[in-house]
Amino acid sequence: MSGADLLGIARRLADAAGPGEAVEAYVVRTRETEVEVFGGEVESLSTAGVEGVGVRVLAAGRQGYAWAGSLEDDVVTETLHEARDNASFGAPDEHYGFATPDDVAAVAPPSLDLWRDDLAAVPTAEKVRLALDVEAATRSADPRIRGVESAGYGDGLLESALVSSLGVEATARRTTCSAYAVALAGSGDETQTGYGFTAGRSLADLDLASIPRDASERACRLLGATQPTGRRLPVLLDPLVTRSVLGVLSATLSGEAVLKGRSLFAGRVGETVAAGNVVLVDDPTDPRAPGAARTDSEGVPTRRTELIVGGVLRGFLHNVYTGRRSGAGTTGSAARGFTSTPGVGVRALRLEPGTKSPEELMAAFPEALYVQSVSGLHSGTNPISGDFSVGAEGLMVRAGAFAEPVREVTIASSLQRMLLDVVEVGADLTFLPGSTAGQTVLLGEMTMSGA
Amino acid sequence: MIDQDVLDRTLRAALRDGGDFAEVFAEDRRATSGRYDDGKVEELVTGRSRGAGIRVVRGETTGFAHTADLSEAGLREAATAAAAAAQGDGGAATVVALERRDAARPHDVVVLPETVGKARKVDLLARADAAARAEGSAIQSVTASYADAHRRILVANSDGLLTGDDQVRTRFMVQCVAAGDTGMQTGMEAPGRSVGFELFDEVAVEDIARAAARRAITLLDAVPAPSGRLPVVLRRGAGGVLFHEACGHGLEADLVQKDASVFKDRVGEAVASPGVTLVDDGTFAREWGTFSIDDEGQPAARNVLIDDGVLTDYMWDLLRARTASRASSGNGRRESYQHLPMVRMTNTYLAAGATEPADIIRSVDRGIYCVQLGGGQVNTATGDYVFGVTEAYLIEHGEVTAPIRAAQLIGNGPETLRLVDAVGNDFETWTGTCGKNGQGVPVSAGQPTLLVRELTVGGTAA
Repeated sequence: MSGADLLGIARRLADAAGPGEAVEAYVVRTRETEVEVFGGEVESLSTAGVEGVGVRVLAAGRQGYAWAGSLEDDVVTETLHEARDNASFGAPDEHYGFATPDDVAAVAPPSLDLWRDDLAAVPTAEKVRLALDVEAATRSADPRIRGVESAGYGDGLLESALVSSLGVEATARRTTCSAYAVALAGSGDETQTGYGFTAGRSLADLDLASIPRDASERACRLLGATQPTGRRLPVLLDPLVTRSVLGVLSATLSGEAVLKGRSLFAGRVGETVAAGNVVLVDDPTDPRAPGAARTDSEGVPTRRTELIVGGVLRGFLHNVYTGRRSGAGTTGSAARGFTSTPGVGVRALRLEPGTKSPEELMAAFPEALYVQSVSGLHSGTNPISGDFSVGAEGLMVRAGAFAEPVREVTIASSLQRMLLDVVEVGADLTFLPGSTAGQTVLLGEMTMSGA
Repeated sequence: MIDQDVLDRTLRAALRDGGDFAEVFAEDRRATSGRYDDGKVEELVTGRSRGAGIRVVRGETTGFAHTADLSEAGLREAATAAAAAAQGDGGAATVVALERRDAARPHDVVVLPETVGKARKVDLLARADAAARAEGSAIQSVTASYADAHRRILVANSDGLLTGDDQVRTRFMVQCVAAGDTGMQTGMEAPGRSVGFELFDEVAVEDIARAAARRAITLLDAVPAPSGRLPVVLRRGAGGVLFHEACGHGLEADLVQKDASVFKDRVGEAVASPGVTLVDDGTFAREWGTFSIDDEGQPAARNVLIDDGVLTDYMWDLLRARTASRASSGNGRRESYQHLPMVRMTNTYLAAGATEPADIIRSVDRGIYCVQLGGGQVNTATGDYVFGVTEAYLIEHGEVTAPIRAAQLIGNGPETLRLVDAVGNDFETWTGTCGKNGQGVPVSAGQPTLLVRELTVGGTAA
């Protein structure tokens, strides 16, 4: 791991812009530690550093991009040359561009402190101990737990610098850490699995006691699950599931998808697209969100963007390109790794929480399906057509309480209908790693397929 | 990439403080991709990734570190970091003198992608766009992408193995969106092979584009998919991913050894209908999951997993094989030098049988006929799996009739294997990326036309 000066490398690349040419450099360094434990022993301990650079060149209205997973001088120079060469093969587009100083000055960036020095100082032995403790606690959390499929701890330190020849500079750094376990419950022919997870910016943020509790509860309560008879019924989504569904929905809210005719919401701004209690926002200025950031990956300050309010579609998310082409302006929503040009992405998408607890939502209908986890989200949902059909496991809910567990079912509807079918949004908003948050959500009806 | 004496000294450094086994995996990967969208070349991107991952194994514990610095000092630093995780009492293993051993190549690559000008690659994209749009005015958006990768790997370990491979992959993808009165639908076609630019001598990009466009247009007339348990006919090539999910993952030795597979302790038992023979074959010439050596330096192999219904073996990587005192089956793979290898599939397929595909369809009174699947997921501990259907039709009284909207199929692996009622005499493969523990690797899956007596179809129709 070199101690390369990220900002210095980015400035050097931006300064290399020739006449009639603009250059933007994005330079990243991460350091990660990952411990996986199994059977009371360390299975693997990985320590790793990744450095990389992505260079965007604009010339004669064309854009070119190249990247490299190295910050060595010769490779960085080659990357700039490749980006220049690639630009000559692109088609011209008047809307291509980097963030301007005006874009950056338009909104004050949020004040966020996402870096914890103490995480960098934690000795590896302590991380190993933590992972082993999580595994042991999960194994002994309940007599019905027969093993732990996997358990571990991971952390990361990320630093980045972005500089363009237009005079924009942005640096960022953040720390993250997390721990998890997957419990195996059951004996003989039957096995059920359950997941426990906690994350934060330093060890002090981690709620380690929640892992064995959640993993064992979620595995054990599925024991005895059977395939029910198919029918239409109200559905309660677990916060983890809501978070995943929002992840699918996020593709429809990208200004890029709208411009390219690939969003089912294109042309519907101002229309009612969801139930009246639905307020959907992307808010990377909220420090609780794992995806919180001062600026986006074009150097533009982030902001709270309201996408759906009172069920009415308000607008979309934009980076510099889609903001220019649509006329809406950037919303500070450029997202990328160093291996790609900036796209448009959510950082902290969430439904604004309602006032009712999960218990109150469970009591809202005589019978409902509580969906604990879904599978096949990427193969069974289509954010362009809106088709939604995923595998599910969970429990039936009757008279406000969990009843028998179910497995091998699918739940189906469409994204459009699901938004209109939101009966209640729970108060239990939970921030989880990733770019979307979740809470318990009650939908009026979905099709559950079964026997 | 790295001199032999540097490798030797790095391995010695890795084992200085103890450890049973040390390995250096170096990789140099160059990739080019292009995207044509919105009626123009939107992006041409080149990328380079180069580095080494070093692991040190002591008992059940693996220490791992990786670096982009391939100098002796950089490797030494990574070796020391990896060794720190696997320290302990006991004599350090010795490093056996390195001896170069290369495996046979499953096929030759004819045209290396770096020898083809960028302009020719870009031209393919424009041709695909035009062909897709020519399918009809319903096509409202076309995305064509081209991707090639040239990956050189080098593996050296303390057992004295020194080997390498040169892996080339080329893929072309077209995705279309069609719009009509019923909303928007999508169609995708994305063939890929472990070959160079000669891929385009064999498949015309226009054909790829037309297949994607027709799929999207067909779906505009799709009826809601049924909901419930129904017979499912999987067209050749469409259902390989079903077996990848339904039983492939459960036959990976790491999951078996962790008691996370429903197939644990079942070797020698009948686990599938007679006639079901499942093979994982890393030597399958030109396929997407093919290589000469795996990412632990072990030669690719053809492994029969299920033979006429009977479970014969699992898939193994080096570490799991050492634990079980046997040889690796050549299934140790990793996404890049930044990842630890684990047991992965290569080209997994169900061997052809004897039944005419048309007879299989005719035998079904009411069911669905799947032409394209979109990928899936499995919980190996329970065997429950899902996979998404992206092109399918109703079967009514032995005839293929109306197209149905996208839906998920759900089943249980061991149960599905016993429900295979007919195996066709045809065969085709499917190209995909398999994800496991956050690592993606190229794989293919194949099968003949098949009848599964009953699967749960997750549609919205009554």
